[in-house]
Amino acid sequence: MSGPSALRKKRHSRLPALAQAGPVSVWMILFVTLPLLFIIYISFMTRGTFGGVVYEFSSASYETLLDATYFKVILKSFQVAVLTTVTCLLVGYPFAYYIARKPADVAARLIMLLMIPMWTSSLMRLNAWMLLFQTNGPVNNALMALGLVHSPVKFIYTDGLVLLGLITNFLPFAVLPMYSSIEKLQGNLLEASADLGARPAVTFFKVTLPLTFPGIFSAIILTFIPALGTYTITDMLGGGKVLYIGNIIKNQFGTIRNWPLGAALSVLLLLITALLIFIYSRFAKIEDMEVL
Amino acid sequence: MTASPNRRLRRQSCRKFLGDFYAVIIYAIFYIPVLVMMVFSFNNAKRNYAWEGFTTQWYGKLFSFGNHDLWESLAYSLAIAILATAISVVIGVLGGIGLKKFEFRGKKFINLMLYVPIVVPEIVLAVAMLIIFITVGVKLGIGTIVAGHCTFCIPYAVVTIKGRISGDNETLEEASMDLGANRFQTFWRVTIPSIMPGITSAAFLSFTLSFDDVVMSNMLAGASQSTLPVLILSVNRTGVTPDINALTTIMVLVMVAGMLTVNGIQRSLRRRELRAAEEAETARLNAARF
Repeated sequence: MSGPSALRKKRHSRLPALAQAGPVSVWMILFVTLPLLFIIYISFMTRGTFGGVVYEFSSASYETLLDATYFKVILKSFQVAVLTTVTCLLVGYPFAYYIARKPADVAARLIMLLMIPMWTSSLMRLNAWMLLFQTNGPVNNALMALGLVHSPVKFIYTDGLVLLGLITNFLPFAVLPMYSSIEKLQGNLLEASADLGARPAVTFFKVTLPLTFPGIFSAIILTFIPALGTYTITDMLGGGKVLYIGNIIKNQFGTIRNWPLGAALSVLLLLITALLIFIYSRFAKIEDMEVL
Repeated sequence: MTASPNRRLRRQSCRKFLGDFYAVIIYAIFYIPVLVMMVFSFNNAKRNYAWEGFTTQWYGKLFSFGNHDLWESLAYSLAIAILATAISVVIGVLGGIGLKKFEFRGKKFINLMLYVPIVVPEIVLAVAMLIIFITVGVKLGIGTIVAGHCTFCIPYAVVTIKGRISGDNETLEEASMDLGANRFQTFWRVTIPSIMPGITSAAFLSFTLSFDDVVMSNMLAGASQSTLPVLILSVNRTGVTPDINALTTIMVLVMVAGMLTVNGIQRSLRRRELRAAEEAETARLNAARF
């Protein structure tokens, strides 16, 4: 009879797969799948009078999102996230291109030089921007000394400074994936394009840009989505006066305690993320996404 | 008419200058906050708002008694980062190998789930975990923070490891098994050493991600001790004390020094290997001559 022995063999070959892929699968289901399903469920529940959740169906949270006050915050978060992403792409692409065109050893050193500032606590770097732009800080002093302004400009706790914080914080994450896409670009394709009579601008828009698309889209995903959900950057530079989606979500689990509303906002962010990934998957393979 | 070679050369060097100039500006944007952070560690003020004169007292205060809060936060952050790194590397390495090597039902789904913590805003995952922890009745503290950190470190570890495994690994593993090693020996003696660079970079990445994390540490902390980033976030509005700048400055310098040492060792090892190979080659040639 081959039955039992075949079965044992099959079970035997399953053991290594279970031992290796098992823990990661369990972890992801336990700490990603279940919490996300649960937060979707909570977003359709009723808010408790003293915080917490009453388990009765309600779409009140989603209706609240359309209230003028919340809708304005959502809209503003979108605008700022788009502005951050576009700036990071426009500033970051030429920079990534510059590094990618250097010889390999120089490029490796330039990338290293880009990573070192990231070893400094990101919050302390944000704090440094605030110190620079204080009312009696170096930037205001310089502006006054140059006679450009007569009284100190109020930079701190403004949307402008938050935007600066967002851009400087996310720029490296936009540069890195674009760099690895440009670096993979084969020089002979550009030469071929030039030899066939294309002007540099044409080569750029018809060859370079389409071929580095995965890097560009990864940069969009790595800047737009976190910028949309941040609360630490707005908290550090906005001083609680600048509120974006992330702050509203965070507040629902602290002082205000409206879990279903926080859950609904989180679901909104989830949907936007899913939409972006879906768009990406229409144009390129998910596996080509440069997330590291 | 083509441009004279002289003019073309001038245009080329002009373009090169513009490129270098642009890069210098971008690097300046990255380094200015770091330098300002360091300068303000020498600020003679109780809290950092404006520059009030030079002092080195904060470095002294840092190492004197009575500055427990900061060191406790640092120790807490380090403990969390070490735990999160250890768990993430073990699960990530096993998972990276397993997901690359085996086919099983639901594999696509697990791969999709691994992308979620990388792309979804951290606050969403933090809030989702918080709700489930509270509902189930898990006590918030170091355990929940480590779980939160692992959840975003494991995917990065898996991706890093997967990128390291190639067809060569399979050939090596088969050779090892053919030579009589069992699965376990093959795993320890062949698979793990062959992906060692991937394991170190996964560990380095996990550690930095965990150590610098604010969102998970803030949301999942409960009433427990604050990590260093959470402490910075909470004191920011009333002004960061310069001893935090001093501590951060020391940490950056230690990191850079550590990195340079590791790089130096790697380079000298490589050079020694090259020299050994060269010597072997000369010896072979000499032997061949006689």
